Amino acid sequence: MDNILSIVLVIPAIAALILLIFLRGEDAAAQRNAKMVALFATTITFLVSIGIYTGFDPENTGFQMVEEHAWLMGLKYKVGVDGISVLFVLLTTFIMPLTILASWAVTDRVKEYMIAFLLLETLMLGVFMALDLVLFYLFFEAGLIPMFLIIGIWGGKERIYASFKFFLYTFLGSVLMLVAMVAMYADAQTTDIVTLMGHQFSSESFSVLGIYIVGGMQTLMFLAFFASFAVKMPMWPVHTWLPDAHVQAPTAGSVVLAAILLKMGGYGFLRFSLPMFPVGSEVMTPLVLWMSAIAVVYTSLVALVQEDMKKLIAYSSVAHMGFVTMGIFAANQQGVDGAIFQMLSHGFISAALFLCVGVIYDRMHTRDIEAYGGLVNRMPAYALVFMLFTMANVGLPGTSGFIGEFLTLMGAFQVNTWVTAVAATGVIFSAAYALWLYRRVVFGDLIKESLKSIRDMNSRERLIFAPLIAMTLLLGVYPSLVTDVIGPSTTALISNYDTALAAAEAANQFAAN
Amino acid sequence: METTILFAPLVGAILCGFGWKFIGEKAAMWTATGLLFLACILSWIVFFSFDGVTQQIPVMRFIESGSLSTEWAIRLDRLTAIMLIVVTTVSALVHLYSFGYMDHDPAFREGESYKPRFFAYLSFFTFSMLALVTSDNLVQMFFGWEGVGVASYLLIGFYYRKPTANAAAIKAFVVNRVGDFGFALGIFALFFLVDSINFSDVFVSGPKLAETQLTFLWGEWSAIEVVCVLLFIGAMGKSAQLILHTWLPDAMEGPTPVSALIHAATMVTAGVFLVCRMSPLMEFAPNATAFITFLGAATAFFAATIGLVQTDIKRVIAYSTCSQLGYMFVAAGVGMYSAAMFHLLTHAFFKALLFLGAGSVIHAMHHEQDMMNYGGLRKKIPYTFWGMMFGTLAITGVGIPLTGIGFAGFLSKDAIIESSWAGGTGFAFWSLVIAAAFTAFYSWRLIFLTFYGEARGNKKTHDHAHESPMTMLVPLGVLSLGAIFSGMLWYGSFFGHADQVGKFYGIPVAEASEHAEGHAEETHAQHVADGTADAHHGEDAEHADDATHADEAHGDAAHGEDGHGDDAHGGDHHYAFAGEPGQGAIYIAPDNHVLDDAHAAPKWVKVSPFVAMAVGFLLAYLFYIVNPSLPGRLAENQRPLYLFLLNKWYFDEIYDAVFVKPTLAIGRFLWKRGDGNTIDGFLNGVAMGVVPFFTRLAGKAQSGYIFTYAFYMVLGIAALVTWMSIGGGAQ
Repeated sequence: MDNILSIVLVIPAIAALILLIFLRGEDAAAQRNAKMVALFATTITFLVSIGIYTGFDPENTGFQMVEEHAWLMGLKYKVGVDGISVLFVLLTTFIMPLTILASWAVTDRVKEYMIAFLLLETLMLGVFMALDLVLFYLFFEAGLIPMFLIIGIWGGKERIYASFKFFLYTFLGSVLMLVAMVAMYADAQTTDIVTLMGHQFSSESFSVLGIYIVGGMQTLMFLAFFASFAVKMPMWPVHTWLPDAHVQAPTAGSVVLAAILLKMGGYGFLRFSLPMFPVGSEVMTPLVLWMSAIAVVYTSLVALVQEDMKKLIAYSSVAHMGFVTMGIFAANQQGVDGAIFQMLSHGFISAALFLCVGVIYDRMHTRDIEAYGGLVNRMPAYALVFMLFTMANVGLPGTSGFIGEFLTLMGAFQVNTWVTAVAATGVIFSAAYALWLYRRVVFGDLIKESLKSIRDMNSRERLIFAPLIAMTLLLGVYPSLVTDVIGPSTTALISNYDTALAAAEAANQFAAN
Repeated sequence: METTILFAPLVGAILCGFGWKFIGEKAAMWTATGLLFLACILSWIVFFSFDGVTQQIPVMRFIESGSLSTEWAIRLDRLTAIMLIVVTTVSALVHLYSFGYMDHDPAFREGESYKPRFFAYLSFFTFSMLALVTSDNLVQMFFGWEGVGVASYLLIGFYYRKPTANAAAIKAFVVNRVGDFGFALGIFALFFLVDSINFSDVFVSGPKLAETQLTFLWGEWSAIEVVCVLLFIGAMGKSAQLILHTWLPDAMEGPTPVSALIHAATMVTAGVFLVCRMSPLMEFAPNATAFITFLGAATAFFAATIGLVQTDIKRVIAYSTCSQLGYMFVAAGVGMYSAAMFHLLTHAFFKALLFLGAGSVIHAMHHEQDMMNYGGLRKKIPYTFWGMMFGTLAITGVGIPLTGIGFAGFLSKDAIIESSWAGGTGFAFWSLVIAAAFTAFYSWRLIFLTFYGEARGNKKTHDHAHESPMTMLVPLGVLSLGAIFSGMLWYGSFFGHADQVGKFYGIPVAEASEHAEGHAEETHAQHVADGTADAHHGEDAEHADDATHADEAHGDAAHGEDGHGDDAHGGDHHYAFAGEPGQGAIYIAPDNHVLDDAHAAPKWVKVSPFVAMAVGFLLAYLFYIVNPSLPGRLAENQRPLYLFLLNKWYFDEIYDAVFVKPTLAIGRFLWKRGDGNTIDGFLNGVAMGVVPFFTRLAGKAQSGYIFTYAFYMVLGIAALVTWMSIGGGAQ
């Protein structure tokens, strides 16, 4: 199939369209139909996307399965995947059926809910597939809208505040990115990402308003993109929207947010920042590395004192994303491999953790850690699953969480031992907050009257966790499944980056002479 | 076969943990235990048939990234073989023991199924421990390292209803993570320097690293010292050495079989194993090993002082473990890795014996752990008494001075003390000797308080005291054999002459001669172990072969004069280690003469541990048999000192004040002030001033409003895209 990417891309959208047009009514049957359609569509999407994986040739470091068509007004529709993006596509298609399953208990505006999620899937897939700047921007920004709606409509008490905070943070970052994109277009006369990756943007230093800018245009463009991606990651100190968004979002919304939307920032760094603005990246590397290390420690400390389960896990997510940015900007094989691995692994683990919260939230309608305690007495299966993912979250070897942390730290060590040492303290704090959470929720005697009749996970819930458990363990003991696919592309990325830096330096020296 | 040893416990854990619902509790537990015994038998076969040649058995690919290439693999050499028998033997016996001990645990309610879970955890622990000791690279070792940490966490917190158990479990894991932090940095540093973390590459890099400088944090350091210190920080956490020791006493919250297996015989010795495993690096890092020696000696002394006054039977043994681990580190620190492994082996037997014995006492006394409520139990539980007695004789080091006859601890501990005299500082030597006196005191105190004197405490409990079932007594019996004979049996292999030790570990040895500048004149090929590991026997044959070289005895005049003291073979031949780094299971540098020097130690050095032991015993006898009111009076007179020791030097209180509380305070500050006021305040105030506006606007909003905003957003984006595309189309 030559157009498999487009097929994967449009299936959820078509399903959303079908729901929009054909589904009528709010009764139980209609709700059930909406869920079934969504589940069916996302499952099919996943099954088809396996074809992308099997058809992908890791040794080829260029873009594969590329499709290019003229689109309206001179714009191009161009999609393709390489070793860096292909697994994110699969992560997305893998997670989406699970989120639909996790939404089975939703009763409010089910049709719209499912449409939002289906559209969201298409838009997220588009981000990872797009090979045209405008197309990328379109997907990147439009993805905000369904998420904004999911938080704003199906969220908790403070949903309005959280949804606006979410939207404005991410949107303001993106506006700067748009400016940079216009500048890029002006410079390179193309919006084609593949061409842009080969384009050398000027890195000659200059002064603006009395500020001397090392790396010139590249640094400015880097910063503009950085504003957008850093918010999306989210990096410290622009992370504060995330805990609010997570807390207010419905379970499935949190899952998508943590598992996939957060990965767009990291993907953006790898797709745009490093390859297109190598000089700018290098100039800003110390800053980014330190921000990452601070993020790990800062958010871990904050996580220690949280009283709301979701907030705790949200802060822990920020800490884990700190490892990602650290790995990316270490700009070596272990660092970047580790960063991609960490993003994928976090996709499974954080999804599972939010689902774990969802399981008991559905029963008790509270996220207060205080309200729980002793769940192991009545929910042994839940206790087991939660334990597994708690351990994965603290980066226990044998789970996928370890590989990413280990590789990113290993990569960072080669660049900056201080940053590595500071970030590595995260492994101590993560153990503290995660186990402390687990102890308060699961261990102890079950004394609270309200919990006396709580029921263990049902088969639907077990079904949701099964694939996540499998992936977490599988990637933990056999990480080659991932590193084989991303390795060659990472190598190419690094070598291009180093070559470009060397060339830029030579050029600048030449200019200086 | 090695693969079977490694994976049998994992299979057992899975079958037992998940399968018990289908095959029943009893069957599940026997499955796990049976597989463990299988692993145990195979381990002994491997140990005896091992020929000294390092084998690598690949299992599967593991982390690969650029030049980093690791795989799951089994490295089989003498160190591994020793650890295999230690781990599987103690584990198999503990499994068996648990049938009796965990039956009808009062911490669980009627009808609750906890036993399969317990056995699954034990088996999982064993698997992790085996993965640690068989690893072929540092990542796999780290996997085992953290795996045993998790198993330990789960088992310490096994009584999950008990808040103290939960707290102790978390403490153990987090404190261990502090050590792991150092360990991980050590791995990163090694990869940075060597571009590999596989042992075979790392081991040969020692000489090069000794010449290399590494920029680490604030300074330039000798690369090898940094690596060794970082790795040792990992060992400190796992082996509960001073500073990172606080978790071990608390870990006694777990069921007693767990204490015997994990917190005495196996997991806590992983740090010692790590240092021995890294001997090809350690030998090139004089400062790091000096630090190891110092810290080991300090721990041996410190923990022993606390052991003097504790009254909880398990805590006494826990501090004793901590102290004995200090001994092992001293041995490793002065370069006698072999002596460290020797003590590790004998300690595993006698300390597991003591813990299981204590468990038997606790079992008999209905889970009473305070020795103040024991007394006079000798007659009621005679088998347990004899087991504990053998353990005590072994740990205090009873034997006939200046001969090779004695209980296990006599040979291994004396080997360490002699090594510390030969290779360490006065501080190390005297700390260990004094600690030996303390060890004797608290061990005999335990025996006297428990088994002698009048029955104290609840009379009903004493009346109902009963001997434990066979499943618990058999392990005591087997371990007693180890506590009695293991020292005498393996003394030659671990601490005999260089040629014996070399043969055991697969290290080439050379005959040293007076006129040669160096060594390695005549390298003996690696000797094939004769299968019984009876090194004395092997050596006799050796003598016959080399009779013609008799005149070359005393190759090293400086060490030869003493005629090797008590040693029956003294003065006939002299060998030196001649292996390159990476050859054999441990590396001993050519200029490392500690073994010879230790053998040549003066008689007073060799007798000193015996004297210390005797003093400790006599004092304990005086305090607890002759005049039982003496301890109370002394505690009254020396109140501050007594409280200082009773409260474990106030480490927990200090850590709480210095680390725990401030960390939480900082967390709260960053959350409320950092995130809340500063970041949100700033962003909301300056850039996000619109949020409240929007929020108000949508305040009463039904979700319909939200759709309106979404619609505007779509419009906005459409406008932007149009603008761009028109710009694009115009070109």
